[in-house]
Amino acid sequence: MGTHIYKINPEFRDIMPKEIIDLEENATWSDTTDKRGIKELPETKELLEEHSLCAGCPEAAALRYVLAALPKPEDTVIVNSTGCTSLMFPHIALHTVHSLFGNQNAVATGIKRVLDWRFPDIEKDVVVLAGDGATVDIGLDYTLQSFFRQENITTICFDNEVYANTGGQESGATPKGQVFKMAPTGKKFEKVKMWELAVTSGCHYSMNMTASAPKAVAKAVREAIFVARYLGPTFLNIYTPCILEIGLNANEGLREMKEQDKERFAAFKFVSPEAEELLAKLKEEGRL
Amino acid sequence: MSKRSDMTETKNWSGQTLVTADHMLFEAPRTKHFMTGSEVLKEAVKRCTVDASVSYPITPQSEAAHLIGELWAEGYVGVYFRGENEFGVMSEVAGCAMAGARTITTTSGPGTLRAMENFAQWSGTRIPCQLILMARGINSPLTIQPDNLEVSYMLETGCQIWYAENVQELFDMSIAAFVVAEKPDVHVPIITVVDGFFVSHTRESVMLPEDDIALFPYDPYKAPLPPIDSETPPGRFLRDPFVMKSNYISYAAHASWQWEIRSAVERSVPYAKHYLKGLVHVTGDADAEIAFIACGTASYQAKEANRELSKLGIKSKVIKLRTIRPFPEAELLEALKGVKTAFVPEFNVVGWLEKDVKRALYGKCDTEIVGGPRVAGGMSMPAEAILREVMEKLNSGKGA
Ligand SMILES: Cc1ncc(C[n+]2csc(CCOP(=O)(O)OP(=O)(O)O)c2C)c(N)n1
Ligand code: SF4
Ligand SMILES: [Mg+2]
Repeated sequence: MGTHIYKINPEFRDIMPKEIIDLEENATWSDTTDKRGIKELPETKELLEEHSLCAGCPEAAALRYVLAALPKPEDTVIVNSTGCTSLMFPHIALHTVHSLFGNQNAVATGIKRVLDWRFPDIEKDVVVLAGDGATVDIGLDYTLQSFFRQENITTICFDNEVYANTGGQESGATPKGQVFKMAPTGKKFEKVKMWELAVTSGCHYSMNMTASAPKAVAKAVREAIFVARYLGPTFLNIYTPCILEIGLNANEGLREMKEQDKERFAAFKFVSPEAEELLAKLKEEGRL
Repeated sequence: MSKRSDMTETKNWSGQTLVTADHMLFEAPRTKHFMTGSEVLKEAVKRCTVDASVSYPITPQSEAAHLIGELWAEGYVGVYFRGENEFGVMSEVAGCAMAGARTITTTSGPGTLRAMENFAQWSGTRIPCQLILMARGINSPLTIQPDNLEVSYMLETGCQIWYAENVQELFDMSIAAFVVAEKPDVHVPIITVVDGFFVSHTRESVMLPEDDIALFPYDPYKAPLPPIDSETPPGRFLRDPFVMKSNYISYAAHASWQWEIRSAVERSVPYAKHYLKGLVHVTGDADAEIAFIACGTASYQAKEANRELSKLGIKSKVIKLRTIRPFPEAELLEALKGVKTAFVPEFNVVGWLEKDVKRALYGKCDTEIVGGPRVAGGMSMPAEAILREVMEKLNSGKGA
């Protein structure tokens, strides 16, 4: 659909809240700019209005980067799962879904297949965005199976290495030895390397990174969505520390991410040869 | 493969002429066929302009799911694939339906229980998808035999539940089910139940309309919640979302939404009455003091018992419930007028139908409700078992 769905009926304009008018006047879409991205954040209307996360939570910043980087937001559906991220979803000015905890890649599969069936001539992107508990533990089956099936979906895991929303329990993504609730003597096994599982499970593009550098996040999101659109599944594991559970202040998330850029989240990037080729072509065409 | 864009005003993507449900169910000429429940479901789906189906193997529903796959290969169904397990399948079905597809799936027993969290999610999302439940026993111990205990788990999911007695009813009901579920003022999922094997695997003669006609497609833009397809303004751009807020508005929103789902199920009554020609079907002696209240195969066996009782000069009637949700309370009360004792024969050990009947009738009718006979685990329910129950009641203490 074009962006006309964001046009306000003139009859109702005077009663519209400011954020809706801003959206019409000042948000960017695929037809208003060639390359949406971080650079627009200061001047344009963001697709995330407000959020109800803890002050300084890096998940909120990372979601802003993700939304700013969507190549075609007006035709993007984002599928969520239960967790801290789901507190932001009602503030997103796009079609989003919260269904259950862990079934995000299954729901996204159904949506993507039907959108391709109903709109064969329109590129509709489906992006999954969920926490590490949702992606690596309870929803692992559905995440990996969607990779095996080569679904044209981008899966983004906001990895804060903990079940944050339920109060700080150890997850599969928690590093070994870390003491969290339900692991009172420390976690017994290694952090699951989801980005490696993604590669062996058929993803054409897989990255492990932190959200410390907005432009790097935006680039990865854009590339991953294009590869998913034209080739097959893509995966981004992004460190968004739960400052609450690891005892940091609201202004310390960035420093923590920067430190982890060299540690557990040292850059990992896999791009399949076909994806390389595709990205090179898109770059040539000026779309990246 | 077909393309949805091949559809015209008068033909669907596979070239079938589009007709109304009334034409399909009541007017189109029919010819006689001989087929199983699984096969007849293929014929129903073929005539329903179905966008999507997701499958997973489990006896006794597998064959029905294979046959829907064949329809996809033949171009009648738009999207079809095997999911990873029933939880995944029901979530995939949810995704398909949210994106605006007329969607169907099938499962049985352990598959139903594996997927359980999804059914409340389905109704909460107000998707009009259809699940064909071919009832089978639940583990442990492992069983693949007919037993409808699983239906009791579905009763409070907020989904509509219809129960078909035989192959013919499965055909007609599964077509009507889409139409009723998709009514904008209903728009909740529908579960069409049959007893596994007894219906899925039994060959019966059925009357079918020609296969060159099919229902008009589903129009997701008539839905009470817009489809998730980015074609309409997003409705959830909220400044102060109630989700997870601990305040009165969030509690009230959740509570009223749950009431609304149940009300939507009740709003299906006039439509279901029309397309099913009544929520209950009554056969036997109108002035009988003995009745059987049953659904599915149990009602067939009850009719057999009614014939045997007639030979003994004892009048009885069979009240077959065709919808379980909505529960046909008014129709049941009407049918029980003058009935002193009503038996509820069931294919499960817990007697969920008896409980449901008693709950609905409590304080409203003097008929004594007797739960039984009950068979389970795959046992058949011979008419003699029903007769024994009646005779014990009539000659209590004196033996059957
Ligand atoms: C079936 C089910 N099990 C458990 C829960 C409880 N639950 C809700 S959110 C959550 C934690 C989410 O963790 P994660 O996916 O890592 O996201 P985060 O909150 O850390 O961002 C859990 C366990 C649930 N909602 N549903
Ligand atoms: S609990 Fe942790 S992850 Fe959740 S909002 Fe607060 S800081 Fe962010
Ligand atoms: Mg987490």
